[in-house]
Amino acid sequence: MVQLLTPEGKFAPSASAEEFLPYFEKLTDADFRKFYTDMVTVRRYDTEATNLQRQGQLALWVPSHGQEGAQVGSAYATKDQDHIFPAYREHAIAHIRGVDLIELIRQFKGITHGGWNPFDPKHKNFHIYTLVIGSHALHSTGYAMGITLDGKTNTGTPDTDEAVIVYFGDGATSQGDVSEAFVFAASYQTPQVFFVQNNHWAISVPVSVQARVPLYLRGTGFGIPGTQIDGNDVFASYAVTAKHLEDARSGKGPSLIEAHTYRIGAHTSSDDPTKYRTDEELQGWIKKDPIARLETYLRESGADEKFFTSVHEQAADFAADIRRRAVELTAPGPESIFRSVYSEPHPVMEEQQAWLAAYDASFEEEA
Amino acid sequence: MNNNASPTNTDERRLTIAEALREAIAQEMERDPRVFLIGEDIGIPGGFGGAFGVYLGLPEKFGHERIIDTPISEKAIAGAAVGAALMGMRPIPDMQYSDFLFECMDELVNQAAKMRYMSGGKLSVPLVMRCPVGTANRGAQHGQCPESYFIHVPGIKVVAPSDAYVAKGIMTAAIRDDDPVLVFEHKLLYGSKGREQAGGLDLTAHVPEGDYVFPIGRGLIKREGHHVTVVATHLTLYRCLAAAAELALEGIEVEVIDPVSLQPFDTDLIFSSVEKTGRLLIAHEDTLTGGWGAELAARVADDCVYSLEAPIKRVAAHDVPLPVAPILEQTVVPSQERITREIRALCAM
Repeated sequence: MVQLLTPEGKFAPSASAEEFLPYFEKLTDADFRKFYTDMVTVRRYDTEATNLQRQGQLALWVPSHGQEGAQVGSAYATKDQDHIFPAYREHAIAHIRGVDLIELIRQFKGITHGGWNPFDPKHKNFHIYTLVIGSHALHSTGYAMGITLDGKTNTGTPDTDEAVIVYFGDGATSQGDVSEAFVFAASYQTPQVFFVQNNHWAISVPVSVQARVPLYLRGTGFGIPGTQIDGNDVFASYAVTAKHLEDARSGKGPSLIEAHTYRIGAHTSSDDPTKYRTDEELQGWIKKDPIARLETYLRESGADEKFFTSVHEQAADFAADIRRRAVELTAPGPESIFRSVYSEPHPVMEEQQAWLAAYDASFEEEA
Repeated sequence: MNNNASPTNTDERRLTIAEALREAIAQEMERDPRVFLIGEDIGIPGGFGGAFGVYLGLPEKFGHERIIDTPISEKAIAGAAVGAALMGMRPIPDMQYSDFLFECMDELVNQAAKMRYMSGGKLSVPLVMRCPVGTANRGAQHGQCPESYFIHVPGIKVVAPSDAYVAKGIMTAAIRDDDPVLVFEHKLLYGSKGREQAGGLDLTAHVPEGDYVFPIGRGLIKREGHHVTVVATHLTLYRCLAAAAELALEGIEVEVIDPVSLQPFDTDLIFSSVEKTGRLLIAHEDTLTGGWGAELAARVADDCVYSLEAPIKRVAAHDVPLPVAPILEQTVVPSQERITREIRALCAM
C-alpha cells in the first residue's frame, strides 16, 4: 500500500511509494496548507449539513467525514481540463473544482436534482452526482472514448491534454456497470482513472462481501493496472493520482486506484451505523484520521498556532454562511415540474401544465 | 357481495403492513425450507431489517444460510434467484427500492417471465420480489411507482397490497404461487414512520396469527356506494377513501375498490360495480400515460360501455419525473383534494 504520511504524521514513504515521489516533490508548503484548509473546511461543512438534516432543513445528507484525504489529494492532482465523474459523497472534490457547496445543500434539501452545470467553466468539468450506484462508470468511459476520438489527449502537450477520473465506492465495484466500464476502457485504452474510495462499508455490507481480493487487483483480469493507497494520506492520494492521470493523458490507457479510507459517519442520514459496525473498528479508524496526521506534519514543519486558528475560523465562517443561505432557500414554483422533461415543447406537457394552472386558479375563484 | 373485506374485530391483534409482511415471510420460511431471502442489507442480526425494516428480527431467527447478504449486484441477485427458482427453491430476492427493478430487467422480463412458456411448461420460476414504491422525498430515481411496466409482461403476476390483512395473505399467496410474483408495497404505508406523511392514517389492521392466503386476482370493495366507482391502490386508495367520506356529507355515495392484484385484474368486481354506478374514476400514483388505469379504462370501455353514464376519468401523477421538493412532489401525485374535486365533477356530468 502506497503511503507517504503515516497515521502519526511522520513523513515515511513506503517502498511502493518510490515511483510516485517525484510528483510529491513538486508540492510546496503552500500546497500542504491549501490541502489542510480544504480538508478542515469541508469537514466543518459536512458537520453543518448533518446538523441541518437533523433540524429538518434537508431531506437527506450523505456525510463525507473521514474521506477528505482521498478526495482532496486526488482532486488537486487533476488539471482544469480533466473531466470528473463523482458518485454522491465527493463534497471536497466539488469544492476544489469550484462548485459552490450550497448547490449540494440545494440538492439534498430537495430543491433541485442536480444543481450545478458541469459545462459552466467555473465548475471545471465536475459532473453532477450519480444516485444509482455505479452507472456513471459507464458514462465516464464513454466520455473518455470521446476524448480520444476527438484527438484531445495524448498529443504530447500535457498542459492541455485531457483525462477523465471517475469516483465510486467499494460497493459499486460489484455492479455489472463497473465491470462493463472496465471492459470498454481496456478495449479502447481510454485516458481514464477509476478511483475507488474503499470506505469499507456499502451501507451495512462489508467490503469482504464485495471482494475476496484487494479491489486494486479487480482491474487486472481486464488488463487495467491498479495501485492501492492509504486513502487517509492526502500526500499519497495526490502523488499517485497525479502519476495515473499523467499516464492516462499520455496514451498509457486506463488504470485503477484503490484508496483505503473509512466512512466515519452513516451511509446517509437514513441509517444507523452502530447497527452493523463495532465501535472498536470505528475507533481504530479515527486514529488514522487524514486531517489529524496532516496537522501533526504541518506543526512539525513549522506551522504556528495562528495558522490553525485562522483555518478553523475560516471554516466556521464558511459553515455559518452555508447555514444562513440554506435556511433561506425556497422551493421552486409548480410550473417547474414540466420544465426539462423534454428538449422541446411537448403537447402532453402543455396540456398538463395548462390543467394545473386552471386547477390552481379555480381555488382563487372560489375564495 | 362485500364478502372479501377483512375482519374488523378491533379487540384482536393489529399489525402494520411491515409487520404483516414479516409475519407472512417468517411463517412461510418455517413451513417451507425452500423459501429464502437474498439481497443487500438484509441479513445483519440486530440490524435494521432491509431498506424499510420488513425483515427485522428474521436474521436472528433464520441465519445467514436463508437470509443471504449480497454484493450490490442487482442482476446477479435476480439471476441467482431465477436459477434457484428453476431448481425448485422459492427465493425472495430484494432490490431495496422498486426503482432498481430496472437494474435487473433482463432477468425479470426475458428470463423469469418466459421460462415456463419457452420450456413448454416444464420449468417454472416461483420467485417473489418485494418492490417498495412511492414518493418519499427521494426524487426521480428513488420514488417511482413502476408496477404498470410489469403488467405488460406476460408471465409475471403483479400485486399491490394496501393494508396489513391483505399484505400478509397475499404475500403468503405469492410465495406459494408457481409463477414469478412482484409485490408492490408503498413506502409510506409500512407503519408508524410513514404515518405523518400519509396524513396521520392508522395503518394497522387486524391480522390473524395463523397463516392464510388472500388469493391473487381478487379485489376488495373498501366502501360501498352507488353513485360512482373509484378504483385505487396504496396511498392513493386512502386518499380516495377520505374523499369518499367527505363527499358522503354532500350526498355523493362513492364505491371505493382496492383491486389488490393488477395482473391478473379482478375485472368482474369492477364491471359489476360500474354496472351499478354508471361512473368510473381510476386513481394511481404512477404517471398517467400507459399506467394500469389506462388498461382498466380500456377494459371497462369494452365491457360496460352501455352502463356508463359519463366518460371514464383517470387521476394520476403528471407525466413528469418526480421532483424532489416535497411541495412539488405533492403537486405531481394525486392529492385528496384533487380526487375529491374530480369525483364531484364526474358525478355532476
